[in-house]
Amino acid sequence: MVNFSAVAKRYPGGQEALKDVSFSIEAGELVFLTGRSGAGKSTLLKLIPAIERPTSGSVIVNGQNVASLKRGAIPYLRRNIGLVFQDQKLLYDRSVYENVMLPLAFSSHAPREAARRARAALDKVGLAGRENANPIQLSGGEQQRVAIARAVVNRPSILIADEPTANLDADSAARVLDIFVAFRQVGVTVLIATHDLALVERYAGRILHLEQGRVA
Amino acid sequence: MIGWLRQHVRALRLALRRFAAGGTLSALVIGVALALPTGGYALLESLRGLATRASFDPQISIFLKGEVKRAEALALERPLRADRRVAKIRFIPREEALKELNAVQGLAEVTAALGQNPLPDTYVVTARGEDLDPLVADLARMPGVAHVQSDSVWARRLAAIASAGRLALWLLASVLGIGLVSVTFNTIRLQILTHRTEIEVSKLIGATDAFIRRPFYYLGLLQGMAGGAIAIAIVWISLALLNREVAVLAESFGSGYRLTFPGLPDAIIAIALAGLLGWLGAHLSVSKHLRQIE
Repeated sequence: MVNFSAVAKRYPGGQEALKDVSFSIEAGELVFLTGRSGAGKSTLLKLIPAIERPTSGSVIVNGQNVASLKRGAIPYLRRNIGLVFQDQKLLYDRSVYENVMLPLAFSSHAPREAARRARAALDKVGLAGRENANPIQLSGGEQQRVAIARAVVNRPSILIADEPTANLDADSAARVLDIFVAFRQVGVTVLIATHDLALVERYAGRILHLEQGRVA
Repeated sequence: MIGWLRQHVRALRLALRRFAAGGTLSALVIGVALALPTGGYALLESLRGLATRASFDPQISIFLKGEVKRAEALALERPLRADRRVAKIRFIPREEALKELNAVQGLAEVTAALGQNPLPDTYVVTARGEDLDPLVADLARMPGVAHVQSDSVWARRLAAIASAGRLALWLLASVLGIGLVSVTFNTIRLQILTHRTEIEVSKLIGATDAFIRRPFYYLGLLQGMAGGAIAIAIVWISLALLNREVAVLAESFGSGYRLTFPGLPDAIIAIALAGLLGWLGAHLSVSKHLRQIE
């Protein structure tokens, strides 16, 4: 599903974020990417949807080498990857429902089908009643769940989350992780970056530990 | 195909909403700016209509010297009739000319004050053909002729003014066209800044460049077209008001002349052209500013 081989990433200015990273994730796996902040977790996650390109090595996602993907092909790659960001990146000028509808707008679904999918996604993250709320009215945990609903509404085969529980209290964090695990159970490959090892231990996931840009 | 259409309808609706929210003022600015060359064009077309009508029936007036006797004056009729370039002649004796002048209200007192008739005997010649210059020169050499005046001179001057005016208009239109492109460029730039987060997020979750650009292109197009429509409206209203005055003036000359409105094809071309320039402004802006958001 996801295959890194000998991946290095050097940022302009010489900072080396990743050095010779190789690993493989099978379809339907749950993987926790751990490590201290600055270990290269975010960089690694950004390579998968081609937000960043590797300096060397290859990143294979769904059989495609992302490292050499043409600019025009990137949107189609991203539609098959659900992305959840640490800062959610919700749009506060529109309702929860419209936020979740956003990815459906550019994959040209019929309006009725799009509405059905958006409701289903909100239902799965337990926000069925909050459709018309503005994200700003929601708690941090609820906002993160809206972000998850937006990430899964296109039914991606891979779900990637960067520190999704970083700003949440223990209860909300557990609830958010439960939702990710539930998606894994229906066959979605889930990759979550976190520095919260205590939380990770409660789930039966594989751990990929990064230390100073290397897989330890 | 349906998906593609749906995407365009969505982009158009988005553009309409954004236009309604903040594009109308820009459209007004564009409209006022475009009204200048559009109105100038309409006036020039009216003027050209006047010029061609005048030269359609080229007339030459031959004014005789005051001391020429009536018999001498009438003697000129034969050589005039013999000239093949002359289609029709009419002799206006000075008494008749004075009578015509007196018929104009208020002038009778003026002419009476002069004591004697200041007007000369006149021949009005209708010429055959277009080139009047040799004929005018020949007529001026006839005995007893004081002055020969060709209407075609006026027609030609009018045409020359019109063509100079047309050139000036093209220059004006070009400058204002560039203005339209810049206004749109800036509107779209502000729109991109306003929607920066949305664009960023959309790109991250799989929106194509085309999807992101589309609403901006539509916005530029709409704004340009609205500006063009406003310009046409301004010109129509102005011409309607002007025509009231022109009608009074023309009737005093016994003419039914009116300024001509730009026709429907002209209006459509103006609106389409403005839309095209708006689209161009949007294109330049989108190409420059969207690349900065990754």
